[in-house]
Amino acid sequence: MAKITPLREAVASLVQDGDTVALEGFTHLIPHAAGHEIIRQGRRGLTLVRMTPDLIYDQMIGMGCAAKLIFSWGGNPGVGSLHRFRDAVEQGWPHRLEIEEHSHAGMANAYVAGASNLPFALLRGYTGSDLPKVNPNIRFVECPFTAEKLAAIPAVRPDVTVIHAQKADRRGNVLLWGILGVQKEAVLAAKRSIVTVEEIVDDLEAPPNACVLPSWALSAVCPVPGGAYPSYAQGYSERDNRFYKAWDPIARSRDDFRAWMQRHVLDTDDFAGFRRVLAESMKEAV
Amino acid sequence: MSAAETTTSTLDFTATEIMTVAASRLLKDGTVCFVGIGLPSTAANLARLTHAPEVVLIYESGPIGAKPTVLPLSIGDGDLALTADTVVGTPEIFRYWLQGGRIDVGFLGAAQVDHFANINTTVIGPYDAPKVRLPGAGGAPEIASQAKEVFIVLKHSPKAFVAKLPFVTSAGYLDGGDARARAGIPGAGPTAVITDLGILTPDPVTKELTLTGIHPGVTVEQVKAATGWDLRISPDLKTTEIPDAETLTALRDLHARTAAAHGQTGGEG
Repeated sequence: MAKITPLREAVASLVQDGDTVALEGFTHLIPHAAGHEIIRQGRRGLTLVRMTPDLIYDQMIGMGCAAKLIFSWGGNPGVGSLHRFRDAVEQGWPHRLEIEEHSHAGMANAYVAGASNLPFALLRGYTGSDLPKVNPNIRFVECPFTAEKLAAIPAVRPDVTVIHAQKADRRGNVLLWGILGVQKEAVLAAKRSIVTVEEIVDDLEAPPNACVLPSWALSAVCPVPGGAYPSYAQGYSERDNRFYKAWDPIARSRDDFRAWMQRHVLDTDDFAGFRRVLAESMKEAV
Repeated sequence: MSAAETTTSTLDFTATEIMTVAASRLLKDGTVCFVGIGLPSTAANLARLTHAPEVVLIYESGPIGAKPTVLPLSIGDGDLALTADTVVGTPEIFRYWLQGGRIDVGFLGAAQVDHFANINTTVIGPYDAPKVRLPGAGGAPEIASQAKEVFIVLKHSPKAFVAKLPFVTSAGYLDGGDARARAGIPGAGPTAVITDLGILTPDPVTKELTLTGIHPGVTVEQVKAATGWDLRISPDLKTTEIPDAETLTALRDLHARTAAAHGQTGGEG
């Protein structure tokens, strides 16, 4: 059964230094609050996994949480580069970041393999691409029936997966809807899981085929309203496109980045505190 | 802006507009199209709003049959989910719908292409010590190989159209000729590269990209100067039809709605 618990306690007990951690979300439902808490608690040496690392991974990489990144597309959607990610790859700041790079199809299949308790994922993929030349974890196998050549990559098996969802009931069953990405697969592939939710309700009122993650398949459920910000939770909030744009100049300079993280994340107690300080600094900027 | 922007602005549309309109015209009504964000998404939605109302737009985040009222800024905007026929998980998109062989056209952007329409979106410079680290592959390698055909849309410049790619992220025609088929790649490959200067299509035999269409007000010399290899020009070079007023209005309205909704336009298109 999932424990309904404050986010700080969930991160303290479930995320350890050196863990392989997936904070998933495909533009929608990105678990920013949980990422901030991992930064606050000073986790180090993490292998971060995500199909589409964006701002929260930029922040975690820039704050030195990550030793390795497994990914398939790293950018600031609709804006441009992730400057902290680029600085880590191009200049090794704040330290060298090992990367393992895939395509989306490869990553999505690797999560499915993890959730299915298979050692590797099999797909028609990567043919003609240089990715297999730089990623030894992309290999090719022969179909035992047809002799076709197919791509094989290791299953993703995170120690911890973290996602954000719309709501949970009081027993800790979780409902999410809208763009789902690979969140269900990422949770089921992981040894432990944390789900932050917009609200806790008496009844999920979920139709029979809805995406519900049962409480017994989760480790912790943490109420964090707005916890996906600046990403969004369909039915609860809109994506704050202004913040994605505002992040670009902040992340360009190491000093500006460090100062921003100190004020907004390290010096705040929780995500509500972050939102308060951010509202103040955005007012100052205007 | 480029010389092309100046030249064509003496007409009633910009170079970016004619690129978007030319790309959108290639999409036939009823086509099932796997759409990349940015320029491809703009062109595909313009097609849906004009000559191809039954085009089916599939985004890698999960929406199938998306009919967004404004251009999405990201591949996972809520409007895509709310207007779609259905929303499935990302593994299903890649496994059942793309790998399952249900995509007619993959519509992609690129940072760089070479003369065999191979795509780089990974790095400029050596992979282990990149000069510029680009976002990476995303869905493109499998879209480029498994869609029945591929359209690529990007702006023309010597930095974007290079003789040799530092990294092949997604396969075009590889080394040319029948190299793609020999590698066992199922889809036909890039059948058109649409730019702000013209349209390049592969030679039927060598598969080398050849200038077969040129936008009004653009000279062949301009296109050659913006291409990093000795570009072949088709003897049958056609001038792109000028966008009609209705299409231009639809495109500008789409951008205006997008700007009003997001406070900015949809990507770079």
